Amino acid sequence: MRDNVRIIKDSLFKILVYSLAFLSIVPLLMIILQIVKNGASVITLKFFLRLPQPPGESGGGILNSLIGTFMLVILASTLAIPVGVATGIFLAEVKNKFTEFLGTLVNVLQGLPSIVVGILAYLWVVKPMGGFSAFSGAVALSIMMLPMIIKTTEETVRLIPFSLKEASFSLGANYTKTILKVIIPASAGGILSGIIIGISRIVGETAPLLFTAFGNPYVNLNPAKPVDALPLLIFNYAMSPYDEWHKIAWGTSLVLIVIVLGLNLLTKVAGKKWKTKF
Amino acid sequence: MENKILKIEKFSAGYGNNYVLKGINLEIPEKKVTAIMGPSGCGKSTLIRCINRIHELNPDAIYKGHIYLNGEDIYRMNPTIVRRKIGMVFQRPNPFPTMSIYDNVIAGYTLNGIKLKRNEKDRIVEEALKKAFLWDEVKDVLHRKGTFLSGGQQQRLCIARALAMKPEILLLDEPTSALDPKATSRIEELIVELKETVTIVLVTHNISQAARVSDYTAFLYLGELMEFGPTERIFVAPKHKKTEEYLTGKFG
Repeated sequence: MRDNVRIIKDSLFKILVYSLAFLSIVPLLMIILQIVKNGASVITLKFFLRLPQPPGESGGGILNSLIGTFMLVILASTLAIPVGVATGIFLAEVKNKFTEFLGTLVNVLQGLPSIVVGILAYLWVVKPMGGFSAFSGAVALSIMMLPMIIKTTEETVRLIPFSLKEASFSLGANYTKTILKVIIPASAGGILSGIIIGISRIVGETAPLLFTAFGNPYVNLNPAKPVDALPLLIFNYAMSPYDEWHKIAWGTSLVLIVIVLGLNLLTKVAGKKWKTKF
Repeated sequence: MENKILKIEKFSAGYGNNYVLKGINLEIPEKKVTAIMGPSGCGKSTLIRCINRIHELNPDAIYKGHIYLNGEDIYRMNPTIVRRKIGMVFQRPNPFPTMSIYDNVIAGYTLNGIKLKRNEKDRIVEEALKKAFLWDEVKDVLHRKGTFLSGGQQQRLCIARALAMKPEILLLDEPTSALDPKATSRIEELIVELKETVTIVLVTHNISQAARVSDYTAFLYLGELMEFGPTERIFVAPKHKKTEEYLTGKFG
């Protein structure tokens, strides 16, 4: 009798866990469904190759934002990767009060609201440079990326067995060569997935770009001039009164979500494929 | 009497403020195999890690005394120079996981920024792998990763990597403790062969291994050198009571 009660309780609990888990993916599925439903119709090859059209004219594209986002990602990565990887290695290698403090700062940086980062980039870069620019947007995004790269680098380097460093030192290698030729190659897979996660985080960021990259209805390749970005376009178009632009905003959301999904899949592949076996 | 390549004088070392090794005096003869034996924790690994200055990589490391390589105090030399002249092979095989077999063997040169011509590299790699009895097994797969090899092959690869630098002394820190009996006997054959060209210091807690391959044996106990002499003499007629007890398995 008591056994039966226990079995029933057990299966009730199982049902509860399953339904709660299902409940948590419902909003996610609904978001994707909604975006696909509203956005899929505008997506054609022309959508990627044309510039935005004035309100009232159909067939506008997102070429300017696509190129802008690509440029912002490249610039931000160029700024964030060397600093992030170096800091990550430093945190993994050195253990003292200072690095402990630095680790806490990195956590704080990770929690910093992106709008604040945007305002800071405005103060530090836009004002001195005298105008909005792709570069200032990249600075803001690189700050958003940094904690991700630092954390993954630190964790990967920490996992490298000490015996590998011993092997390098016992051949007479100095510290620099050991880091550059032994430690970094052995952690390449982990560092790479950190970078990709970082990129997938910043491609969708809007707030830091509002007062920095600003937006641009034309294709711009000059880092000192404003550029558009996919999330900026969504933001501007979604707030416009035109139906045609709302559709484009939905289509762009779909593009963005596919990019983020693709980057996440790539992280998994990178982690597996370039994982170093010891 | 053979030439003493390495002289250890009143050498002590340890961690924090605790000396594991206490006032070691030892002279290592050139082109012979010298075994360092003793129970776990007696300081034998610490001792050979001091000979190539790897011990000081530990932030808590302490040491005092002198070690002379051909009359030159290694603690007054640049540690990277010392380590190029005194190679080391560790307990567990540790080939560089991102490098091919070829790149592993030549790693000592690349890591030291020494530029070599292609044919010089080929020659060094072939020579070192032949010396390490590994050439025949890997000559067709030189560009595969070193980590694909078996444990015993990996350890011979690490020996080849150390030999490629043409060291004067080769330190082996329990090189067979992670290997199966067959791989172990291959490494032992190799050690005997290698003493033609290089001085070998072998740390082992395997008494019969020391008997099989070494010419001289040092017995360490609780951080002190109990006895040093020709291996045969140590095994047949140990002078110290502790040595005899250890060799007969009374403790270990």
